[in-house]
Amino acid sequence: MSILKEIDHGTPAITSSITVSAKINGMDISVPEGTSIMRAASLYGIDIPKLCASDSLESFGSCRLCIVDYKDRTGFGYPSSCTTPITEGMEVITNNEKLTYLRKNLMELYISDHPLDCNTCAADGDCQLQDQASDLDLLGANNMLKPTRYNTVTNNTHLGQPIDSSNPYFNFDPEKCIVCSRCVRACNEVQGTYALSLHGRSYDTQIKPGIAENFLESECVSCGACVQSCPTGSLIEKTIVEKGIPDQTVLTTCGYCGVGCSFKAELKNGEVVRMVPHKDGKANHGHSCVKGRFAWGYTNHVDRIIKPMIREKITDPWEQVSWDRAITFAAAKLTKIQKEHGIQSIGGITSARTTNEEAYIVQKLIRTAFGNNNVDTCARVCHSPTGYGLKQTFGTSAGTQNFDSVLESDVILIIGANPIVAHPVFASQIKKRIKQGAKLIVADPRRTEIVESPHIKADYHLPLLPGSNVPLINAFSHVAVTEKLIDQNYINQRCDIESFNDWKEFISLEMHSPENAATATGLNATEIRAAARLYATGGNGAIYYGLGVTEHSQGSTMVMGMANLAMATGNVGSVGCGVNPLRGQNNVQGSCDMGSFPHELAGYQPIENDKMRGAFEKKWHVTIQNKPGMRSLNMFDAAVAGKFKGIYIQGEDFVQSEPNIQHIEQAFKSMECVIVQDLFLTETASYAHVFFPATSFLEKDGTFTNAERRINRVRPVMEPISGKHEWEITQELGQAMGYQMNYSSSSEIMDEISELAPTFKGVSFDKLDKLGSVQWPCNDEAPEGTPIMHVGEFVRGKGKFILTEYVPTTEAANRKYPLLLTTGRNLTQYNVGTQTRRTPNTIWGEDDVLEIHPADASTRGVNNETLVLLRSRKGETTLRAIITENIPPGVVYTTFHNPETGANVVTTENSDWATNCPEYKVTAVEVEPAEHRSEWQIKRTRELKKFRQIRSP
Amino acid sequence: MMHENSICFSNINQPESWKIENYMASGGYLQWKKILQGQPGDKARQKIVEIIKTSGLRGRGGAGFPTGLKWSFMPKTTEQKYLVCNSDESEPGTCHDREILKLNPHAVIEGMAIAGFAMDATVGYNYVRGEFIKDCYPIVEFALQEAYTHNLLGKNILGSGVNFDLYNFLGAGAYICGEETGLLESLEGKQGKPRFKPPFPAKFGVYGMPTTVNNTQTLASVPKIIEQGTEWYKSMGTDKSPGTNIFSVTGHVNKPGNYELPLGIPFADLLERAGGMLDNKKLKAVIPGGLSTKVLPGDVIADCTMDYESLASAGSALGTGAVVVIAEGTCMVELLKRSSRFYYVENCGQCTPCREGTGWLYRLLQKITQGKGQESDLTLLVDVANRIEGNTICAFGDAAAWPVQSFIEHYYSEFEYMINNHGKSIAA
Repeated sequence: MSILKEIDHGTPAITSSITVSAKINGMDISVPEGTSIMRAASLYGIDIPKLCASDSLESFGSCRLCIVDYKDRTGFGYPSSCTTPITEGMEVITNNEKLTYLRKNLMELYISDHPLDCNTCAADGDCQLQDQASDLDLLGANNMLKPTRYNTVTNNTHLGQPIDSSNPYFNFDPEKCIVCSRCVRACNEVQGTYALSLHGRSYDTQIKPGIAENFLESECVSCGACVQSCPTGSLIEKTIVEKGIPDQTVLTTCGYCGVGCSFKAELKNGEVVRMVPHKDGKANHGHSCVKGRFAWGYTNHVDRIIKPMIREKITDPWEQVSWDRAITFAAAKLTKIQKEHGIQSIGGITSARTTNEEAYIVQKLIRTAFGNNNVDTCARVCHSPTGYGLKQTFGTSAGTQNFDSVLESDVILIIGANPIVAHPVFASQIKKRIKQGAKLIVADPRRTEIVESPHIKADYHLPLLPGSNVPLINAFSHVAVTEKLIDQNYINQRCDIESFNDWKEFISLEMHSPENAATATGLNATEIRAAARLYATGGNGAIYYGLGVTEHSQGSTMVMGMANLAMATGNVGSVGCGVNPLRGQNNVQGSCDMGSFPHELAGYQPIENDKMRGAFEKKWHVTIQNKPGMRSLNMFDAAVAGKFKGIYIQGEDFVQSEPNIQHIEQAFKSMECVIVQDLFLTETASYAHVFFPATSFLEKDGTFTNAERRINRVRPVMEPISGKHEWEITQELGQAMGYQMNYSSSSEIMDEISELAPTFKGVSFDKLDKLGSVQWPCNDEAPEGTPIMHVGEFVRGKGKFILTEYVPTTEAANRKYPLLLTTGRNLTQYNVGTQTRRTPNTIWGEDDVLEIHPADASTRGVNNETLVLLRSRKGETTLRAIITENIPPGVVYTTFHNPETGANVVTTENSDWATNCPEYKVTAVEVEPAEHRSEWQIKRTRELKKFRQIRSP
Repeated sequence: MMHENSICFSNINQPESWKIENYMASGGYLQWKKILQGQPGDKARQKIVEIIKTSGLRGRGGAGFPTGLKWSFMPKTTEQKYLVCNSDESEPGTCHDREILKLNPHAVIEGMAIAGFAMDATVGYNYVRGEFIKDCYPIVEFALQEAYTHNLLGKNILGSGVNFDLYNFLGAGAYICGEETGLLESLEGKQGKPRFKPPFPAKFGVYGMPTTVNNTQTLASVPKIIEQGTEWYKSMGTDKSPGTNIFSVTGHVNKPGNYELPLGIPFADLLERAGGMLDNKKLKAVIPGGLSTKVLPGDVIADCTMDYESLASAGSALGTGAVVVIAEGTCMVELLKRSSRFYYVENCGQCTPCREGTGWLYRLLQKITQGKGQESDLTLLVDVANRIEGNTICAFGDAAAWPVQSFIEHYYSEFEYMINNHGKSIAA
């Protein structure tokens, strides 16, 4: 395989119903009206020289290299082909003596102010300036640029300026900059951060990271768009400077969030040197964020455990053993436990970070070798209410739209999500649409980045109190119904009318009015009304939401509340609309799809359904229990009660991510066999008896399914460092326990999935390789997948309205715990930080901090940047306070990235009534100044250190 | 002379001419009121555009584009449209708009109101050069407040149903913001970097909406044209260059200053008005329309009349009407170097030919004046200029190229002499 370079047509695609025909260099062409000459030529294989143009950016016309001529041209001077639309009958010439003469002079101007030594430049071989110079005979045989006529005058050039290497991932070398503005435009147009600018004017024009001294101190979010767009070696990845230009590309999918960006893993001598977003990736269209683009260094971090390990007791040091020994040890332990404590005494967890195939085989292991349905996945603690709520109302447990749909939304309603930090690549698309004029409503207690950022301002920001989502959404629906803003035709045709009538009566009650909701939500009724009207009447209304919706005692109610509102206003089943969860992990959608819940088999087939279960039994040659097994929280409760003794955990760090950590610690200490399959010795691994070294996404071979149901291929760039693929580990564990699985590749596992799960019927690795990706359902009716669901008809037939009564959480603020804590994350750290804390992302901070309003801070004597004690009914920890007005009085906020803080030591076991998704987003707390770390922190550090010892071989 | 100071400068000899009562005393705002009190509908708009077309008024910003025609490009849609007055007067040698703003600001305001009405632009911006902050801008602001106080601007003006809001906007001091699209960017709060065209401002102007940009002198001429009629206007000037123009005469003359005179007057007459050559020196050359127009040798300009056609056929342009008179004894190499420095410093830095090319023009000229020049540098100078001309987003590149081309064309020997004599000027 060689390096993959996508074609750049120079200017963005134009959609027009009118086609124009013209000639370029005598060739007949026809393109949509409005297409630039440059793009038209490129589409027909004619390459016009360019430096400042790129089809991911609006045309700019500044490098003047792309000048062309055409017949009967009037006026003097030659037009730039990137800014000039081709018109009917135009006869364009892209190359002649005069044009070459002008281009050559231009190149001489560039070269006159550019280092000549291509042969020592890191971008040698991957530089458009060098390519153009070569085409115009300005590159010498010695790979040096030829000195130009201007080199007789040498004073006052831009040569010899210092390199800005402040960013941990890339350098900016001003002397190689040709001021094409591509980086500035990429930052503005693609990423939407506006961190870069052209400083000064004329010959002194330079690229600067805003008013900051350097990139690190600027507003730059390190998405890499500027680096990617740079046509020279001016902005360049440090890995390329250190290791050189790659020679091989492997197309794969990012292993971080649920956006599921397609990436080109670029290798040199078999080693990854760069991850570049893939232009044909349908989720990201060539864009990326700091995590996917740069923070992949954890994959070969020194902390990675690459040998299997076992021990009898968690107080023993770990012993490194062979794979056979580890698997036999684990199998024997699990078998012994089941013999002594019964079939239900063990269970397992599939990971949302592994491939579909790896998750599938773990739940299969549990339902076959373990002989029970005690399987769960981390979606339990994030989007299980989404699965439940959308299944009840629409009939399927997933978001309704593809990401691109947002580009046709007129009103975007974001609830409990902060996409700019958590789903940055999709956030850039949202921002793009808002800049085009779409309206934005944000419901979030915090004044998050999406509420106001450069060129973005929410039309309504509703800073509701944590725990008051349901009254808010009910008030929205109340306004829509009572002000007759609903789409009755849509409801009549598409929805279950009886359920609608009941709901209409319910929602029209005065108790659901914005005026009544004002108390619970802490919002102004007029604002709620205005925002509701905007959503209901503003055209295509799209709802995007995050864990701020689901992680509540009424998470499922809220999901159904949003579904009700969307159906009532006719906003489901067409482009630009929909109800969409922004899913947190790369394969959390997929792990749910794969049958990881105790009550469902792959493809959301109820375990109780004899026919559906029967198909699996037949294929697997076992009898599957016909009742749902335990959910993860049930397993831990049972462990504390002494009834649950063994667990196989594929890549989840419960001891940091579950609520009420002390309870979880107790559960783990109560178990006899904890098997952790992970990259690192996580907090959870400290409590394990068996450690199976896992594979990073760069080693995996399989598929991830992103938040828009898109199944993307994950291709290995290297062999598993541990020597085994994860599906092989699971398969061998099954074999050791007496259940035969004999897959020889992950592709075979996918074939089995498509055989058993109707929504995946048409999915195969072959098809994915051919199409790039598909969105499920992918079956005979939709052989190329389904970008938008519920078109024409809901999956469940008629959309069902469900009554969404508001039941306040019991986790209320009181005199002892007067503040409400809500949690979230930041841009550079990912989830519990296992990966990102092992990358240079730590330069942007790895500590969790507590955001607190100035009023709350001053009454407690809390100073900015000082240590505070955060205390709830469940536990306490310490962290640094940041005083900010981005959070309303009465509410405090922190992230949960750092095990040192262990923010979840304070969260409670309150959970969603339907799915047990924990209520992370509401915890009554008190804050006070602290002088030292909490007792729990001190004890834990000491204990974990002991639990982590590895016996030297 | 007949018709001196008959339009933009018609009131400048009155005391406190900038005050609204004085402007009104001489008939100011009567035309605007007439329009408002007539039937201010589409017909009235059309009529005004026709008057301006018939008058033959041409834009005084430099390019001389027919104003009425420009106005007619504005779409007849109901979307928000804008009128912008380009008071970013910064072409070297040009200083007449400043005088209009200081002495006759209400003519600009009335002209903008009428033009805005004619194009159905309900919002106008007067973009004033940043350097005018002290002596000019306060007067413009004062006048604007007066106009509002007299209910001549705003919503439903004098009960007519016509809306026109006018705002003054002070630039931050950049020559390039005089380029109309650079100006629009600056007005939007961005860096003043010109936009590529098409789309032209009439389609995509301020905030992406249809916009017409006219020069101060052009707009200030409008009330008088409406008042006196097109025949009167055309009675001044030539067939193709009717009306008057304010010539800013600078350089080696006895009475440098602004002279509002009919177009088409012989250069010799203009020179005489400006008091003739300083110290009775011989005329060497003239830059007839601001620094960005091509230089004409004395014997060539002597036969010219001061209008668009005559100067164009002589190889230069009327430009902004800034006439730089150069006497014998002036070193043309030094003068070109000084001119080139201007373009080197003032270009926006967006396109490569200007950003890099103007730098090399200046540095090559520096090299020559420092006595380090070579004969090949002259070829290179012209070569660079030729390749900048016509190959940039806006006309700045042309403006930077023309002086170089024309100076070297007409005064080659002076450059040659300096190169051969280690930087010694032939003129010294």
